[in-house]
Amino acid sequence: MGHDELQALRLSLQVAICSVLAGMPLALVVASVLARCRFPGKALVDALIHLPLVVPPVVTGYLLLLLLGRHGIVGAWLYEQFDIVFAFRWTGAVIAAMVMSFPLMVRPIRLSMENVDRRLEDAARTLGASPARVFLSVTLPLAIPGIVVAALLGFARSLGEFGATITFVGNIPGETRTLSSAIYTFMQTPEGDRSALHLAIVSLGISLLALVASEYCARRAQAVVHGI
Amino acid sequence: MTLEVRVHRRLGEFEIDVDFRAGPGITALFGRSGCGKTSIVNMIAGLLKPDRGRISVDGRALYDSNLGLDIPVHRRRVACVFQDARLFPNLTVRKNLLYGLRLAPRKARFTSFDHVVELLGIAALLDRRPGALSGGEKQRVAIGRALLTSPGILLMDEPLASLDAQRKAEIVPYIERLRRDFGLSMVYVSHAIEEVLRLADTVVMLQEGKVSAVGPLEETLGRIELYPVMGRKEAGSALATIVIAHDDTDALTTLRFDGGTLQIPRVNLPTGTHLRIHVRARDVALAVQRPDGISIRNILPGRVTEMADSAGAYVEVKVAIGGSSLVSRITRQAARELTVAIGHDVYLLIKSIAIDTNSLGILPPADYLPRITATARETIPGARSGEGEELLDVPLH
Repeated sequence: MGHDELQALRLSLQVAICSVLAGMPLALVVASVLARCRFPGKALVDALIHLPLVVPPVVTGYLLLLLLGRHGIVGAWLYEQFDIVFAFRWTGAVIAAMVMSFPLMVRPIRLSMENVDRRLEDAARTLGASPARVFLSVTLPLAIPGIVVAALLGFARSLGEFGATITFVGNIPGETRTLSSAIYTFMQTPEGDRSALHLAIVSLGISLLALVASEYCARRAQAVVHGI
Repeated sequence: MTLEVRVHRRLGEFEIDVDFRAGPGITALFGRSGCGKTSIVNMIAGLLKPDRGRISVDGRALYDSNLGLDIPVHRRRVACVFQDARLFPNLTVRKNLLYGLRLAPRKARFTSFDHVVELLGIAALLDRRPGALSGGEKQRVAIGRALLTSPGILLMDEPLASLDAQRKAEIVPYIERLRRDFGLSMVYVSHAIEEVLRLADTVVMLQEGKVSAVGPLEETLGRIELYPVMGRKEAGSALATIVIAHDDTDALTTLRFDGGTLQIPRVNLPTGTHLRIHVRARDVALAVQRPDGISIRNILPGRVTEMADSAGAYVEVKVAIGGSSLVSRITRQAARELTVAIGHDVYLLIKSIAIDTNSLGILPPADYLPRITATARETIPGARSGEGEELLDVPLH
């Protein structure tokens, strides 16, 4: 594989991993709130989180640009106050991937949290555990299977992100040219067919590997959660 | 220890309105399914909020609607053993046991991990996960886990209800040990009279969300007007006795109670053991003269003190024998033909084999809860009570 191909691969993995790592804490918080709390406007929050699933990715990317671009509403302020720029940077690609994969991460965590036996949480409370401790020591460990699934889905979605990424952060080699963008670019260039094929095979391999690994982890987690 | 519960709570159509106090030892909340027992326990634990009222342990209020006080569950120091054990499935037995121990304030701890493990006989289970335990083992671990939080009071919500007779028999001695070793106050919820008889010191009888009686076990079970609440089949008297002799040739054991002696099938307990027995009213026959040539071994003279006429074919007759009393259920026809009336001298006939050895309750030493009169104890030279391990070796079938 050539230098450009490797660079795209490395960048994609970096963006996908960062997107999962950065999105996970937020996804856990949002999922537990949705699973455990009742509040007015819950349906609206739920809908907003799921929006990236149904809105065309290019639109999401465009909205991100309006919001976080250097002249965007939040972006301008971030740039002036903290000198932080997301647009056309790899960190921006992470944000795009995170937003796109967020609904896919929240859903399985929420489902597995809803399935955690409330009676076990009650038992923990009678044993002297504060609500925060109950969450960390009972709810979270028992929701692990859902968290594993969330990590895989988030990783896969981030790895394949194209529309929002290219709209928000462009297609800059070594900075924002991820696997998908790279394959697209190679296909546009006269001698790029081989490279495009290489990258396609590589991404197929990574996806397959991630699937097998997560299946294994989910099985292990299920066994542990069910006390076998 | 005093537990005071005065709560009101509406649950749909159902209403719980109770007011009772419980002293040290084991307090049984007894009643049929759906009478509100579990809701009351949940309110004591803090898992269910009363509409109004007050709950306190030793004067320390856990909940008081007048003061706007509602101590959160985790600060109540009230441990629970649930019917379904509720062990954390992802943790080993050891980690389940340690869960609450680490959360208990150091000063308040009254027991150690090793002691509890030994007491409950769960050393061999420590590295297993709950999924690999039998129902009885799970319940023992659940008791241990609750105990290690060093609670001010231990709530047990039908801990034996989901176990078969053999598993029940396996757990009961451990519960008896908790009372003996720690003097721990317990609230024991049950709809099974034999468990109540075996374990309880105080009984709170519940009916449709209301308290129908509160008091020491023997006294409460002696109230014949409550028999319909207890269930006709199992209702009967509880008698405090002491083992005085064994007859190995005939495989019989003689018990003394305040008023006479009783023979029951041989139990494997040392003489001097304080034992509470359950004599079901339907197993007690009544005669106006001392019968001759009869297979029944226990013929006890006494005097009728109370009679309760129920709607069916039966009459409950309460008979005083010395300082004790027993209840006999006979047909109304028999009562009429024998002209049984209050103040009459009668004989009670109890078949030895009618005594339910499943509900034999081994009582703590008499100085813990004095219930046997001095005379009963003096008749047995050198009798000691509350002997260690052998006490648990009761045949239960």
